[in-house]
Amino acid sequence: MKPAGLSFEQAPPFGVPLRFFLTAPWFLVLAAALLGWRGPELFASRWSPVTLALTHLLTLGFMAQVMLGALLQILPVVVGVVVPRPRLTAALIHIPLTLGALALATAFLSGIPVWFQGALGSLGLGFGVALTAINLALWRAPVASGTVIALRCALGALLVTVGLGLSLGGYFGWGWRLPVVTMTHLHAAWGLVGWTALLVAGVAYQVVPMFQITPPYPRWLIRGLAPLMAVSLVVWSAFLLGGRETAAALASVMLAVGLAGFAATTLYLLTQRRRKIGDPTLGYWRISMASLLAGALLWLATLLVPALAQAPQVQLLLGILLILGFAGAVINGMLYKIVPFLAWFHLQAQLFRRAKIPTMKQLLPETRIRRQLWIYLTALLLSLAAAVDPSIFTYPATLALGVTGAWLGVNLLNIWRMYRRALRSSPP
Amino acid sequence: MAAIAEFLAAEHRGCDESFASAEEAAQAGDLARCRAVFQRFQAEMERHFQKEEDALFPAFEQASGNAMGPTRVMRLEHRQMRETLAGMEGALAGGDLADFLGQAEALLILMQQHNIKEEQILYPMCDRLLGSAVGSVIQAMRDLAAR
Ligand code: HEM
Repeated sequence: MKPAGLSFEQAPPFGVPLRFFLTAPWFLVLAAALLGWRGPELFASRWSPVTLALTHLLTLGFMAQVMLGALLQILPVVVGVVVPRPRLTAALIHIPLTLGALALATAFLSGIPVWFQGALGSLGLGFGVALTAINLALWRAPVASGTVIALRCALGALLVTVGLGLSLGGYFGWGWRLPVVTMTHLHAAWGLVGWTALLVAGVAYQVVPMFQITPPYPRWLIRGLAPLMAVSLVVWSAFLLGGRETAAALASVMLAVGLAGFAATTLYLLTQRRRKIGDPTLGYWRISMASLLAGALLWLATLLVPALAQAPQVQLLLGILLILGFAGAVINGMLYKIVPFLAWFHLQAQLFRRAKIPTMKQLLPETRIRRQLWIYLTALLLSLAAAVDPSIFTYPATLALGVTGAWLGVNLLNIWRMYRRALRSSPP
Repeated sequence: MAAIAEFLAAEHRGCDESFASAEEAAQAGDLARCRAVFQRFQAEMERHFQKEEDALFPAFEQASGNAMGPTRVMRLEHRQMRETLAGMEGALAGGDLADFLGQAEALLILMQQHNIKEEQILYPMCDRLLGSAVGSVIQAMRDLAAR
């Protein structure tokens, strides 16, 4: 009996997004382990292979993992379209993505071509399935809302990111002759500014006003920002490939201003929130948007002061602000809303009126969220400090990152345990 | 034309306000005020559900010739929210504000994901589909409220 009904039928089974969400935090722990193993050398330059391994443990193992899992979950809600064969699709994305992220990190660390080849095959499969399934759903969307537009732009950017990533991998795996430096710039920007920021923006348009009960984002921003950013990325890429440095710099001013504008608008809306009760995920939104704003301003500064752009620390700071600060924090905060809600939702649908269902706050007590959040913030600040002075701050940053990642993982596992216990102990 | 979308989205925002007030009272530990505010909120939600179920959805189903599509999902979600509201009422009756707040957390997400579906998908479809009948459907919803 499933009296709670169609919204349950329409939502994919709990296991579909959950497998991504339970895996992702352990990549933060793995990243910390790598930091602890290789130490301050990681902060020498963004180009060192160890740093690239760390980058992809975070961007693939943590970020892409959660972002793709969450997309499979929210598409039916925001787009009204169900992804076909959800369990199989999820497995075909989750397993290759997880193995591929591990293989790519190993490949960077060892420099052995066959690891690159394995990683590329695995990641190609996982992202191929994800892009196909999600794009099919998005293009069938009955109404093109601002969120649908932003999601389409984000998915397009993911396609470019993955295409460039696979080609770069071909350079290491098969010795393809490519303009590696330029392509890496493109790959990093399409991944962080296109895929990540536009996805977060598309989700924020819905989630911030509704869950924090704030005024809506301005209409022009909702409809215009994502296409503007996508076009700017294309123009910037074309100038960069054509060797037109000044024109490329102008286009990247557009990108940085767009990111700063989005971050500032969100921070402003959060000050207008009507929901007055303390909400720990709010803290994560603030950390995330403050990091994005700081990152965008730093980027602008490098465009105005060329000496800054040459400093290796500045590039590391940018990467940390965008990956650990902006993307990591908002993902962490969203997990704390999505996972307890889904556990509650599926319990309600299955145990309807037959047992008392634990509330979201019982599934995940607020004190635990709050403490883990403080350690996350500490990890972020220590990592930024380590980019400037690795000899002092690398190991404290490592410790904080490991603790906050493991704690996130344990918090989510606990929800799953309570969910299964509630199902087992209910009368049939 | 976005008449229905605007009319009903405004009601959603009104319900959001009342929800926030009830939650605030619970957080402050003020049981009496929370009960009073919650009662108003629950009634407001119920009135809104009825406008949709008794006026908008039948009009949509007739115009689209489809009673099994989106409106069926919306009715089921209304039921789910009514259940959760009843659970919160029970928590207040027992004076358990922590339980009330825990359930409120889930209700907010249920409400909002339902609102997203209605505001982004269903209402625009209604406005398009009902065409010149939009005015009379809105009037019918107003009349229901006046009853
Ligand atoms: C199929 C998936 C991917 C593959 C095979 C891949 C591969 C690579 C390779 C080989 C490089 C190094 C290039 C070099 O040393 O010259 C690189 C750099 C980079 N990748 Fe990926 N990548 C993938 C996905 C992603 C995603 C989804 C993101 C971000 C969201 C990302 C972010 C980055 C960043 C930021 C860099 C630059 C690091 C730096 O400049 O220090 N990658 N990627």
